Amino acid sequence: MKIKHLLSAADLSREDALAVLDTATEMAAMAGREVKKLPTLRGRTVVNLFYEDSTRTRISFEAAAKRLSADVINFSAKGSSVSKGESLKDTALTLQAMGADAVVVRHPAAGAPHRLAGWVNGSVLNAGDGTHEHPTQALLDAYTMRSRYGRIEGLKVAIVGDVLHSRVARSNVYLLNTLGAHVTLVAPPTLLPVGVEAWPADVSYDLDAVLPGVDVVMMLRVQRERMTDSFFPSEREYSRRYGLDLDRLRGLPSHAIVMHPGPMNRGVEISPEVADSTRSTIVEQVANGVSVRMAVLYLLLGGAP
Amino acid sequence: MARPQVDHGGVRVERQPADGGKADEGRVVEGKTVEGKVIIDGPNLARIVDRMAHQILEKTSGARDTVLLGIPTRGVPLARRLADRIRAFEKVSVPLGTLDITLYRDDLRLRGARAVGRTDLPTAGIDGTRVILVDDVLFSGRTIRAALNAIADLGRPRQVQLAVLVDRGHRELPIRADYVGKNLPTALSENVRVRLVEIDGIDEVRIEAWRSLDGTGKGDR
Repeated sequence: MKIKHLLSAADLSREDALAVLDTATEMAAMAGREVKKLPTLRGRTVVNLFYEDSTRTRISFEAAAKRLSADVINFSAKGSSVSKGESLKDTALTLQAMGADAVVVRHPAAGAPHRLAGWVNGSVLNAGDGTHEHPTQALLDAYTMRSRYGRIEGLKVAIVGDVLHSRVARSNVYLLNTLGAHVTLVAPPTLLPVGVEAWPADVSYDLDAVLPGVDVVMMLRVQRERMTDSFFPSEREYSRRYGLDLDRLRGLPSHAIVMHPGPMNRGVEISPEVADSTRSTIVEQVANGVSVRMAVLYLLLGGAP
Repeated sequence: MARPQVDHGGVRVERQPADGGKADEGRVVEGKTVEGKVIIDGPNLARIVDRMAHQILEKTSGARDTVLLGIPTRGVPLARRLADRIRAFEKVSVPLGTLDITLYRDDLRLRGARAVGRTDLPTAGIDGTRVILVDDVLFSGRTIRAALNAIADLGRPRQVQLAVLVDRGHRELPIRADYVGKNLPTALSENVRVRLVEIDGIDEVRIEAWRSLDGTGKGDR
């Protein structure tokens, strides 16, 4: 890879993105082995720096780094000196002094990983910054699509729901566009960001009109913790117009798959029957996350420093 | 000025330094200019593979419980050829596999991250079998060291052997091959280049002046 940090899905060239997906395929083959460990990053230190809660992403990065034999240091803002008022910069300098080869950072502020990249010598991997980007999620989504369809070029993907607060949506739009898929964003007007017309994607307010023509439908979580305003009248009404239930599932082409980055609000954006159906790739996405993050760690850290 | 040399398999070859007078520089293969001197041509390469297949059959009592694992890139077609010849000679089918050692290399930090290749084991696995690693050139021995580590993570073979088309010397680790197509004494300033029809469109082994394969000038040995 030509890049040192993974801050935005838009930084990935088509060549780099495909290198990640191809490497992830080989990493996934390792998951079936007796010894699920490679010596590749022995002696490297990966710091998980999490200022926001996370289950999947943190565990996934930790598992990925450990399978490559890196030393992993987990840092969460709770229980650290952050609660005593330590700034991101001072924390970064501490990590620098400890010799971190990579910092995986999740932060509520958009752009925090970019700032961090200027303060530490190692690679910075964005594991979600506010409502901005979550590039490894986009990579694992692309990997999941490719493993189902054998290609990404030409796929029609609908990304549905709370686009406004979704870093997953933004990263997916960039990456899928780079890889040649066609993306349609579906959301109520109140949940679309300003300037969405400049994104490389179509926009629709009508889910039922979009569903019959898609190969992939990606449901986004309604991010209540980020909602400071009333964006829709009630959850029930949101669910009726933008939730994926069994009736809408029947309206999808028979080959289409249902994705969700998790965590899910069952009964809001996705009904439990759909989430647990054979069309859903939600559990597969989590498993693929480890392979994709192994690939990213290897490609960023595996070579010459 | 040419010194005749006798190789391990009894084939007589004329050897010259890579900068010697008769090197046919400037020949074009697959659109690229090829330098250096041909040490093994196509027909001889086929004979060498035949002999190695016979040696494997002899030393393994008919290739029983044996698995051939090719190391990418050129070890893979070589392993396939050995399996084909073994089948032709004795009608035994030897399970084939591919063992990529990129993630086990000890020189990863010397240059940018390399592309990871495919590892494919025979469905029956390698536990309790005799694994024969197949590679094109045996040089420092570091590739084989990495392969041995990779095998340890994949299962527990009863025995591991090594088959190489060319042994060019200059070992940096205590490793030797069980089956050698050709012993080729070389200088460190030389490069042994194996080309195979499956990948390069031609069968031949050449000695060239040393050039790093990625053009960075840093080591690829």
